[in-house]
Amino acid sequence: MTGLGRRLLLLIPTVLGVLTLVFFLVHLIPGDPVELMLGETASRADLGQLRADLGLDRPLSEQYARFLGGLVRGDLGRSFYYRKPVLAVIGGALPATALLAAAAMAVAVLVALPLGILAAIRRDRLPDRLALFGSLVGVSMPNFWLGPMLIILFSFRLGWLPVSGREGAASLVLPALTLGTALSAILVRMTRASMLDVLGEDYLRTARAKGVRPVTVIARHALRNALLPVVTIIGLQFGALLSGAVITENVFAWPGVGTLLIQAITARDYPLVQGCVLVIALCYVVVNFLTDSLYALIDPRVRT
Amino acid sequence: MTRPTGRFPVTAVIGAAILALMLALALLAPVITTGKPLQTDLEGALRGPTAGHPFGQDRLGRDIFAQVAYGTRASLLIAISVVTLTVIAGVAAGAAAGYLGGAVDVVVMRVVDIFLAFPGILLAIALAGVLGPNLGNLVIALSMMGWVGYARLMRAQLLSLREREYVTAARAVGAGPWRIVGRHILPNALSPVIVQATFSAAGVIIAESSLSFLGLGPQNVPTWGGLLAQGAAYLLYAPHIAFFPGLFIMLTVLAFNLVGDALRDSLDPKSRQ
Repeated sequence: MTGLGRRLLLLIPTVLGVLTLVFFLVHLIPGDPVELMLGETASRADLGQLRADLGLDRPLSEQYARFLGGLVRGDLGRSFYYRKPVLAVIGGALPATALLAAAAMAVAVLVALPLGILAAIRRDRLPDRLALFGSLVGVSMPNFWLGPMLIILFSFRLGWLPVSGREGAASLVLPALTLGTALSAILVRMTRASMLDVLGEDYLRTARAKGVRPVTVIARHALRNALLPVVTIIGLQFGALLSGAVITENVFAWPGVGTLLIQAITARDYPLVQGCVLVIALCYVVVNFLTDSLYALIDPRVRT
Repeated sequence: MTRPTGRFPVTAVIGAAILALMLALALLAPVITTGKPLQTDLEGALRGPTAGHPFGQDRLGRDIFAQVAYGTRASLLIAISVVTLTVIAGVAAGAAAGYLGGAVDVVVMRVVDIFLAFPGILLAIALAGVLGPNLGNLVIALSMMGWVGYARLMRAQLLSLREREYVTAARAVGAGPWRIVGRHILPNALSPVIVQATFSAAGVIIAESSLSFLGLGPQNVPTWGGLLAQGAAYLLYAPHIAFFPGLFIMLTVLAFNLVGDALRDSLDPKSRQ
């Protein structure tokens, strides 16, 4: 069987596992979820009605089967709060999250690649030390602190950018910077390490020996090979980016799935909680799968 | 355990010093503050740093320094609990999978794969959100995401160590599996676990304050994340409320990362670049 087919097959138990985990999330709620949803003043009849509507009076195995069956039809249940199908509510928020994630990724790559390459070329000298220290500070800085600090500086003190919400391109800048920082901190280290590996290779010495200009050696010979592992890391960090987006969105009131998830938790809108978690987790699984496959495609050595 | 090589770099000493200060702050919180971090003083609401309140006061006039000091207690307590729980669970699962092999290995590693396919903090947010905001649930939620790394690490260690000659020798003289794993393999497999634990302490502090920031942490207890969330609503008039707890989160996480880097370099010279 080809590598791709095998990986696709291996995806099935993983996806099933994720679905099961999400299913049990909502069944872990301590006490009676229906009572929690309707409040203490709800009548007995209302409670029974909602329980039946949700199928919570059925045996667990039947609920599980029904949950999987619904998924196949694209039915994630109805949001209590929005009184609409969960999938429609999430579909409305997903583009905002995708835009934020893409912008943050762009920020991270634009900052990290040049810095990482510079650090590797000037190894153990000032640029290297600064880049490494900066990256350490970057990963140590929580985005729910960086965000507010950027707001104080750029929105209140300088008045350059809007505080929150999603109105025009300017409102994307601060959230993208906030979310991109941690990722770029990781990418700087990866790019540097990967460049250092490549810079020690024989073919680079050969290139230098035959008189290729240093700039060409770096740009043509080293960079191409060094970037391969970096591409993989970018893909694998996508999950961290999505999780970070949940928090960053809440800092900036960005109308994406992350903001939706916390609203749903606060409103005890459990079908919506389940839906948000499921959608984010599935995005993560799919991106990881694509990264793996892409890697095998680019680098014949890992093809099995 | 591999013998540490070389001297500790300056950065590690700085990291260790910050951690020592944080620990002192946590232990001495009742002595160096009024001991009542939640005592309100409405006249001083939103006031910036003054002599009596070095970090300023929050929206109810509560002393931010006292809240940050007590927040250190919460954060360190949660970090230590979660790291301990996840190390025990992960090492046990990984050791069982690696040493017993066969069906145990397959089942454990499949479960590990599923957890790895799930963004950890998302699982923690959903769990804490569903279970309800309190200290115990927060520890459970954070532990659910952390054990997987240790399980993988330990299994890999076991697979390589169980083929060593001294393990074969121990088996030959009649040592049982418990004795072999407990006395001969575990002590030799612990170095990477210690390094991982240091880094994950940093991760737990970020995750814990994220959850507290989102309102999913312990209630009626001062936490860094909770204080920061309050501060986020007063960025224009009282930026000090958000600034100080965030600074302490960053310093603590940075300190764990610095110590982790040094431990890794010293326990595993191969990884040094």
